Amino acid sequence: MSGVRVLVGTRKGAFVLTSDGSRTQWDVSGPHFPGWEVYHVTGSPVEKNRLYAAPSGGWFGQVIQRSDDGGLTWEPQGSKFVYEGEVGQHQWYDGTPRPWDFTRVWHLEPSLTDPDTVYAGVEDAALFRSVDGAQTWHELPGLRQHSTSAAWAPGAGGMCLHTIILDPSDPARMYAGISAAGAFRSDDAGTSWRPINRGLKSEGIPVQEAEVGHCVHHITMHSARPNVLFMQKHWDVMRSDDAGESWHEISGNLPTDFGFPIAINANEPDTIYVVPITSDSHHFVMDGKLRVYRSRTGGNEWEALTTGLPQQHCYVNVLRDAMAVASLDDCGIYFGTSGGQVYASSDSGETWDAIVRDLPAVLSVEVQTLP
Amino acid sequence: MIRVVLPAHLRALAKINGEVRLAVDQPVTQRAVLDALEAQYPVLTGKMRDHVTQQRRPFVRFYACEEDLSHESPDEPLPDPVASGAEPFMIIGAMAGG
Repeated sequence: MSGVRVLVGTRKGAFVLTSDGSRTQWDVSGPHFPGWEVYHVTGSPVEKNRLYAAPSGGWFGQVIQRSDDGGLTWEPQGSKFVYEGEVGQHQWYDGTPRPWDFTRVWHLEPSLTDPDTVYAGVEDAALFRSVDGAQTWHELPGLRQHSTSAAWAPGAGGMCLHTIILDPSDPARMYAGISAAGAFRSDDAGTSWRPINRGLKSEGIPVQEAEVGHCVHHITMHSARPNVLFMQKHWDVMRSDDAGESWHEISGNLPTDFGFPIAINANEPDTIYVVPITSDSHHFVMDGKLRVYRSRTGGNEWEALTTGLPQQHCYVNVLRDAMAVASLDDCGIYFGTSGGQVYASSDSGETWDAIVRDLPAVLSVEVQTLP
Repeated sequence: MIRVVLPAHLRALAKINGEVRLAVDQPVTQRAVLDALEAQYPVLTGKMRDHVTQQRRPFVRFYACEEDLSHESPDEPLPDPVASGAEPFMIIGAMAGG
């Protein structure tokens, strides 16, 4: 391993942080796309220098940018996201119907096998795919047109499709997470979908164990064990051992089980990380202490990781796409905060250092290991 | 030639320095100017008006000759000084903080 590249999306642009294998000195480039809200920047696992970014803004809408040289230069690509067929309606916050309306791209998920194929999760919730390096986009409408979609409603950030997981063991299987609809699975490469929310319980919806309506914040999978999924829900940390057919709670001894990100150690599929925050109405860490919680037992038993993280007067949040892991001998973990810090651990979370401290609020963090 | 002034974000996106000068057939309307602008700079498509409905984006304004033309019909002829190139057609990002 000759290097690490951390891709950071923020409220006011994107940043690319690079280091050699020692991960002691970091080069910071950016802001790329200054002034734009960059909900996600990510790279192709097939071609590491192929990066995709999703800047957007209320004034001028959506842009998709692509780099073919690891973030040195970028070129705008296609940004025409148009729903296929009948647009339909979903619920608004007050329960009244509202037509689907494209707002922005939340998440980009490059194909595991083709650098020109990339999926986009958007608000209002829908799944799009490009097969030409992001020049053109076409919806996979089976998800948005699911029979339950009229009952989907927005979470506080909007009705966003924020999580896309591609199963490395089965090219036809993929997962999507939508706030506030829940988790969905396709077994035919995105053509048709079904909700996979059995076991989730949510306050704030009329039927707490409803088929849909759950505010799923993030889902993650380890490539070595694709039938096991971990979920950070609005409240509750959840686990499925059967590809989402059923879920059970693993919040255990967490001081609060409200949060946004959840990540799995790259080398230990039963070691997972969350960053609990105080509550749904207090989106900042508890007691002024920034603590990553780690479970080495696949949930229920959690320990606080604090070395190198502020333990007083800290009131930041870590958003759902703002934590990432790198597959090194000692797992590298990276996360960004609403206060603009990007923290890194090169020892599975035992100790942390800030790579940068004063970026705009961080929306997303991804990490690439470079050959 | 029609002169068009773009906001900083769109100049950066389209890699434009200064004003844009466009050849636009008569009658010179908002729609004709935007069509010509998007044809010359395809990356700007969808940034000032919706891809499908062609409605002006809510936070985009159109000014010229010290007038707000945002709510004029897109097919209404623009003022003569814009059509003659004496005054620019200004595309503005609404003042909304941030």
